[in-house]
Amino acid sequence: MACQGLQKGETLESLKRESETLKKKLEEERNKLNDVELHQVAEKVEVLSALSIKTRRVLKGHGNKVLCMDWCKDKRRMVSSSQDGKVIVWDAFTLNKEHGVPLPCTWVLACAYAPLSGLDNKCSVIPLSLDKNENLAAKKKSVAMHTNYVSGCSFTNSDMQLLTSSGDGTCALWDVESGQLLQSFHGHTADVLSLDLAPSETGNTFVSGGCDMKANVWDMRSGQNIQSFESHESDINCVKYYPSGDAFASASDDATCRFYDLRADREVAVYQKDSIIFGASTCDFSLSGRLLFAGYNDYTINVWDVLKGTRATILFGHENRVSRVRVSPDGTALGSASWDSTLRVSWSFSTGSNYIFRFIKLLFWVNSRLVLEFTVAF
Amino acid sequence: MSGSANVVAMKKVVQQLRLEAGINRVKVSQAAADLQQFCLQNAQQDPLLTGMSSSNNPFRPQKVCSFL
Repeated sequence: MACQGLQKGETLESLKRESETLKKKLEEERNKLNDVELHQVAEKVEVLSALSIKTRRVLKGHGNKVLCMDWCKDKRRMVSSSQDGKVIVWDAFTLNKEHGVPLPCTWVLACAYAPLSGLDNKCSVIPLSLDKNENLAAKKKSVAMHTNYVSGCSFTNSDMQLLTSSGDGTCALWDVESGQLLQSFHGHTADVLSLDLAPSETGNTFVSGGCDMKANVWDMRSGQNIQSFESHESDINCVKYYPSGDAFASASDDATCRFYDLRADREVAVYQKDSIIFGASTCDFSLSGRLLFAGYNDYTINVWDVLKGTRATILFGHENRVSRVRVSPDGTALGSASWDSTLRVSWSFSTGSNYIFRFIKLLFWVNSRLVLEFTVAF
Repeated sequence: MSGSANVVAMKKVVQQLRLEAGINRVKVSQAAADLQQFCLQNAQQDPLLTGMSSSNNPFRPQKVCSFL
């Protein structure tokens, strides 16, 4: 960011005083508009009917903690990365493993459908082909280089650029073809752990969260930090935009998830419970934004009612920390990855279909009993 | 030398704060109403919210149904 020349009389002390005044002013401005709480506005909204979310697929195959997963745009393939150094592409319908790519680095922290990044400070893009005999690892191309580990990565909407977040405290935008650095984003004062791109309709911004407990919103073209939110009490592990692009959620080691509205420029909800004492490592919204799925270090996934601020349901099943949750692109399924080395795919059942299914089962049972007794009598 | 570096860093912080203090904000009641409206408008198209019936669930186990 270009720095204007110092004006006459500006010293370290005068600047410090000005920064304190500005911080107070910022808080005042934000508080002026805080006329009501989100859950108060949502009081008139119907309470959610009981959710019935069940796991229907368990994907086994990784030899160690699964650190990251993502869905392919075709809605049935998933990619996952693990501490065993492998990246696997799965077909979530059939449970087939379509590709397995061994990598030289063991902590593969992030994968998005195609780019992979990890603790070797590099981010690689591996083209996937249908030819199973091709040595995919050989086609790997290094795109991003940071001075510390790469914690997260995302293709931009055009697929020609890659956005990365790093333990070196910066985010960076790279050209995939040439590997050139296009823009860097400075402002975090500690490791950046997560980033998320705004949904395409809302323009060229992204949000990042990190160990400095801050969530920053950036303009991708200018590199400017547009907005900053500091209300978490510990590392922010994950940030995710609300589907409309006007808000985002964050998951933190302080055992809370928080919801920030960008137009009101403040935190509008905190999702917490006295019984939840372990950090949240990941979060994602359902398609309508009404549900927030968050994975915790106590092995559970809490599902929050975003508007009312209450917990809708809790999902059990994983046998170790949940490292990543992602809703499928068409919104039908929830994928979750865990340190228990498995991935799970779950979806929601409408209670109506449950009763019909049970009724049909009962009919068949009755029918089979009648047939049996009839033949015996004969 | 380190003194002037501190001042430069502080200057950047102040410039950033000036920028942030100056942005246009909307009342929370308005912002919340819009968030709520988005949720409700899209609620029917949200399969995880409404639940899926067995028939259109692509992940359902393939069961063979035969009439006795």
